[in-house]
This record gives sequence, structure tokens and C-alpha cells, in this order.
Amino acid sequence: MNLFLLQTLNGIQFGILLFLVAAGLTLIFGTMDLINLAHGAMYMVGAYVTATVAAVTGSPVLAIVLTIPAMFAIGIILEVVLFRFLYARSHLDQVLATFGLILVLTEGVKMIWGAAPLSVPVPELLSGSIPLIGNMRFPVYRLAIIAAGLFTALGLYILVNHTRIGMLLRAGATDGAMVSALGVNIRRIFMVVFGIGAMLAGFAGAMVAPILSVGPGMGESILILTFVVIVIGGVGSVRGAFVAAILVGCVDTLGRMFGPMILKSVMDPAAAGQAGRVLAPMLIYILMALVLVIRPAGLFGAKGSGS
Amino acid sequence: MSGAAPRLVTGSRLAALGIFGAFALLPLVAVLTDDMFLLVIASRIMIFALAAIALDLILGYGAMVSFGHAAFFGIGAYAVAILTKNGITDIVLQTLAGAVAAALFALVTGALSLRTRGVYFIMITLAFGQMAFFFAVSLSAYGGDDGFSLGGRSSLFGTDLPSNDVAFFYLVLVVLVLAYVLLRRIVASRFGRVLRGTRENPVRMGAIGFATYPYRLTAYVISGALTSVAGVLLANQIEFVAPAFMTWHRSGELIVMVVLGGMGTLIGPVAGATIFILLEEWLAAFSQHWKLGFGIILILFVLFGRGGLAGLARKLTGGAKP
Repeated sequence: MNLFLLQTLNGIQFGILLFLVAAGLTLIFGTMDLINLAHGAMYMVGAYVTATVAAVTGSPVLAIVLTIPAMFAIGIILEVVLFRFLYARSHLDQVLATFGLILVLTEGVKMIWGAAPLSVPVPELLSGSIPLIGNMRFPVYRLAIIAAGLFTALGLYILVNHTRIGMLLRAGATDGAMVSALGVNIRRIFMVVFGIGAMLAGFAGAMVAPILSVGPGMGESILILTFVVIVIGGVGSVRGAFVAAILVGCVDTLGRMFGPMILKSVMDPAAAGQAGRVLAPMLIYILMALVLVIRPAGLFGAKGSGS
Repeated sequence: MSGAAPRLVTGSRLAALGIFGAFALLPLVAVLTDDMFLLVIASRIMIFALAAIALDLILGYGAMVSFGHAAFFGIGAYAVAILTKNGITDIVLQTLAGAVAAALFALVTGALSLRTRGVYFIMITLAFGQMAFFFAVSLSAYGGDDGFSLGGRSSLFGTDLPSNDVAFFYLVLVVLVLAYVLLRRIVASRFGRVLRGTRENPVRMGAIGFATYPYRLTAYVISGALTSVAGVLLANQIEFVAPAFMTWHRSGELIVMVVLGGMGTLIGPVAGATIFILLEEWLAAFSQHWKLGFGIILILFVLFGRGGLAGLARKLTGGAKP
């Protein structure tokens, strides 16, 4: 029971992280109809920026804080240099160009920092752990990730639903030409949304830097999971991304932990171990397939195709 | 389709004849220049060309952007590994087993994926591709992450002919040409016309009485099965099988080959695969960070090079767009 609580907290923490990356991706897709494969690379760049600043200043907290504006700026630069030329293109063109961008960013990171993984110390302030029931303990830093993610989710909710920018954003997503005709600079809104998306992904990268090793492959593994999240949640829906991210985080974490145990209770232990190893990483894809059978446009997706 | 269509067909026939003819003469060049590495590269090019034209059937003619095609590639490769380990070394049997397995995987994942459209389809095929990748990683009997060394090439009707590089080269060429002819037939048939119709306007195709779903699914299954054949051949060429065959990078590369050569032309992807592999070899000779240059070229190509090589050829010869 205690182990279950611990793993659920781990699952929620993982889900929150997925949400931070997925929120930016789904926001960019919902507003600009742009599919950005390089979004996972933003997460990776965020982690590298944090690792570098932490190494220079010796303060991981300062590094995480400084990563946020830095990633916003990087997002704006990429939007101006590349992404604004892709909005009007087909999804296939967007996929290819951002695939190229992944190669550039991943290889660029390897050239600057080398292929060996870097590490960032956990901020001293958040380094302890708190007791759960019994003798299980949960690291404070992971709780801080959960808190930061929930805070970000709330901020996004207010931004999208209760501010003027959010109103323009929603209107722009529905009919960009009309909003533009009303005298709103839609291009600038697109630019800012892109910056926010990169910032969110970079922030997620900054937050995990102290608990994961920072390496060139980290962007790709999270990108695929993020896709699963936004497909389950419904492309373009931030709320869907939140629900789906927590769901995926928990299913993945709990499945890896308890899947083999459950299998062992119904079949021979050796076979259960093998089946568990095969099934555990596939669990979230099976979840995705199940959701799509019932709702092809995801849990919170628009009606019909969702395209 | 405009009045220039018949001319175009002749043009692509000519291009196909030229390209396949050049491949057929390559072993002669390799012997004369005493550069057998040429054959290794050319075999690799033709294997990827096979996967690229298989993908083009659904990408170019059916507007289905599959981002998980590397899974079929990998299924073919693992069919070789699994059958070889269990004593079945005949390449024909291995190809059959791989194609059947790939067709089944395509049937199940395609049936689910095709319930969706557009960007959902891209992401779902990507996710299914990853699922296959993780499955391969978990196959500890076949090396898991590290892969599985085959220890030699498969046999062909009881002979070890494929072990000879020249014989293997011609085997790959024959398979590629057969696949090309088969796909040409499929595309030109009534089935192919319906498929192209779903590309142009699925709603209208539905309205005039075609259930588009079974047509798309059939094309997806054919494409998947054919892609697995390329996997069988690549596993044989390098005598090694690993989950790396199935990474989503490989799926992306296959799309790049098709688009680079020109979607919906069949011979275009063959040229696209050729350029891709040569560029890869050429850039890799310069620097270990060749992927950086490759990424930049890819981005510039998307921004400025519409229509791929086939589009360029059309512009040069003054032909109309299809």
C-alpha cells in the first residue's frame, strides 16, 4: 500500500513533467496548426543551459531561474529564423523541416558539450526527503517539481481562459485571418506563443536536470511520450494534455512496478517476468490505442478528425 | 491530369530504365576500378530505395504520412534473425515470414491508425513504430539493445549464393525492379486510381460510393509487407540485426528519401534514396558531426526545393505538374 502511494507520487511527478512539455507542443499546434518535432529538443536544450549555468555560478536554483527567460529568447529566435516560414506549409513539410532541426540541435549540443552526459546537483534547499506512511520517504525535490508544474498549469489556465492575450489566442486559433483583419498583430501573438512553448519545454528540462543525467538523447525519448500524451488528450487541448499527462505518467510508472507482480499472480513466475519486461514499455501505447478506438480525436479533442 | 500526362509517363519510364540500367552495370565498374566498396554502397542504396518506393505507395499516392515505417523494416530484419537462429536459413522463406508478420502488424496498427486523419495519423504511426522498437529491445534472446549477429548471409534454394557480393547485389537489384514493376501496376490499376482519388478528395470519393477505408488499409498493408522485404535484405547485407533498424529516425529518413526524390512518382524515391545515402557517405567523410550539415541541407530543401528531384526534372524538361 505504501509502495503504491510512493509509485503514484512518482507517476504524478513524471506526468507533470510530461505536461510541461506537452502543453507547449499542443498550444503551438492548436494556435498555429504547426507540428514541431523539435519540441523535445527544446527540453534538451533547457537542460543543457541549466547544467552550464549551474556549473558556472554553482547555484542550481539560479540556473533553473535563468533558463526560463533564456529559453523564451531561444524560442523567439527560432520562430523568426525558421518556424514562421512553416505555418502555411503542409504538415509533411513541417515534419521534415523540424526533423532537420532536431539533427542540427542534437549534433550542435554534441559539438558544444560533447556526447558524455552532464550532471547538475540537487538544490541544497530542496535536497531532503519527507516521510510517507511507515518507513517510505519521498524526495522534496520531486515534490517541488509537482508544485512547480501545478503552478504552471494554473498560470496557463488563467492565461488562456481569463486574459486578453488568451482571448486573442483562442480567436486566432479559430480564425486567424479575421482576428488579423480586426487590427490585431497575429504574427506577434504567434511569436509569443512559440516563445512560451519553448520556455515550458525548457523549464521542464531545467527541472529534471538535477534528477536525470543531461544527455543528447533526452529530447527524443520525451518527444515520443509527449506525442502519446497529446494524442490521448486531444491535439490542441491544454486541459486534455494535463489529464493525459498524469494518466500516462501513472500508467507507465505503476505498470513497470506492478505489472510483473500482477502477472506473477496469474501465471508462472519466469514467464511472467519475461512478459512483464515485454509489456511494460508498451503499456502506454496500448492505452493510446484503446483511447483511440473509443475516441479517435482523443479525450478532449475537437469533434471528427481533429486535423 | 493534363494533356502532358502521357509524356510524363514516358519520361519516368526513361528515368527508370536509365537508373536501373546504371545499377545493372555497376559491378562491371567496380571490377574495372577494383573498388568493391562501390557494390556495398550500391546494395545499400537499392535496399533503401525499395523501402522508399514501398512508403511512396501510401505517402505519395494515398497522402498517408506514416512515421512508423521503420517498424516494418525491423520486422523483416528480425524475421531473418529469428528464423536463422531456429535453423531456417532460406532467404525466400525468411522473406515470406517477414512479409506475413509485417502484413499482420500493418493490418492491426493500420486499422487503428486509419480511423484518424492528418496530424493524428502521423503521431499514431510514430507511436506504433516506437512500440515495435521497444518490443525488439525486450527480445533478450536476440541480443536486446545490442542486437544479434547473424554470422553469415541466408541461403538461396540451398546454395550460399547470397554470400557472394556480386550475386547479392544482383539479387537486390532484381527484387527492387520487381517491386517497382509491381507498384507501377498497382498504381495504374483501378485500385490505384481509387487510392489517388482518396488523396485528392476523400469526401468526394466517399460521396461517389467508394468506401475509402478498405482501400487505404489495403495499401497500408501492401506497403508494410514490401518494406519488410527491404529489412530482410539489409539484415543480410550487414549480417546483423538490432533495434536500431526500427528507430523513428529511420522512419524520418525514409520520408526524406521519398520527398527528396519526389512523392507519387515511384522512380523519384529511388533517386531520393541514392542522393540520401551518397550525401550521408560524403558528409560523414568530412566530419563526425555530419548530421549537423545534413539537418541544415534538409531544412533548406524543405524551404526552397519544392517537388523534389522529380519536380526539378519536370521543370528542366518543361513538363507539367501531375
